[in-house]
Amino acid sequence: MYSLPIALHIPDGFLSNGVSAVLWVVAIVIIAYGLRVANVSLTEDRVPLLGVLAAFIFAGQMLNFPVAGGTSGHFLGAALAAVLLGPWIACIVTAVVIAVQAIAFADGGITVLGANIVNMGALGALLAGFLMVAALRVLPKTRGAFLGTVAVVAWTAVMVGAIATALQLAISGTVPLGTVLPAMVGVHALIGIGEAVITVAAVSAVLASRPDLIAIGDPERYAAGAPALAGEGAR
Amino acid sequence: MSRVPLKLFTIVGLAVAVGLATAVSPFAASTPDGLERVAEDKAFVEAAKDTPLHESSPIPDYAFPGIDDERVATGVAGFVGTLFMFGLGYGLALLIRRRDGGGGATTA
Repeated sequence: MYSLPIALHIPDGFLSNGVSAVLWVVAIVIIAYGLRVANVSLTEDRVPLLGVLAAFIFAGQMLNFPVAGGTSGHFLGAALAAVLLGPWIACIVTAVVIAVQAIAFADGGITVLGANIVNMGALGALLAGFLMVAALRVLPKTRGAFLGTVAVVAWTAVMVGAIATALQLAISGTVPLGTVLPAMVGVHALIGIGEAVITVAAVSAVLASRPDLIAIGDPERYAAGAPALAGEGAR
Repeated sequence: MSRVPLKLFTIVGLAVAVGLATAVSPFAASTPDGLERVAEDKAFVEAAKDTPLHESSPIPDYAFPGIDDERVATGVAGFVGTLFMFGLGYGLALLIRRRDGGGGATTA
């Protein structure tokens, strides 16, 4: 039985050459900038974290969970990577996972690899990372507010990827925007909930074991053992 | 509460990832996912082409070649793939990290 190797990843043929080329350029520019950021800010203690995250995101993307109506979704990990590594280095990790999936596992197209790197990784990582930084500036410094923000940005990262994919499909002339956008938004609003649950669980685990490894915010202040700030995370 | 040593954090994190990919992924949902469902419902799924790398990729479609049992093939693909991703991520991080003149000593 023939089954399409799609798995949220865009297959070859869905996007026009022009759209694919533009997204390759966008992906390369983002990765190049990410490498510069890593060169300045990726400290030695974070090296193993990058390996663990690449492994975890790859594993998570194999775990399709059912959402409504005979449809499934899987974890993307862009927001998780952004919270733990910062938005720019997260772009590199997600790009590496997506590239290996395309090359070694035939998951996702090659001409559209730039698009997948942007839609499933970079866009979500950058948006989640910068939203998180902005939100934490105004929110109370509590564990609850931190994890709540993680949930919201994880959901948002999935949504922005879905919206971007819908726009690119429409610009490519594959399907009208009015048809594809509501459908993509509807399905991914549900998949985003799964993304939020997994991301919060993973961030909670890091918060409990190595809060110093979390790049965004000031999580050590309210991690276990830190002076209680709002009655949470005191022990 | 004291911090978990980095080595332990790494081993446990990797073990969780490998365990999920090996033991849970064979039982993951096989229904069409988000984009696939939309492509079927909105009738543009036939625009999809197989990737040109489909023949040459070592583990196409997350099924380790030469294993008849679909679930075992997926589990083995998950095991191998996750370990490979860890090595690649770790190695890449060593290459692109900040250099403080400390040389290329390994961490953890």
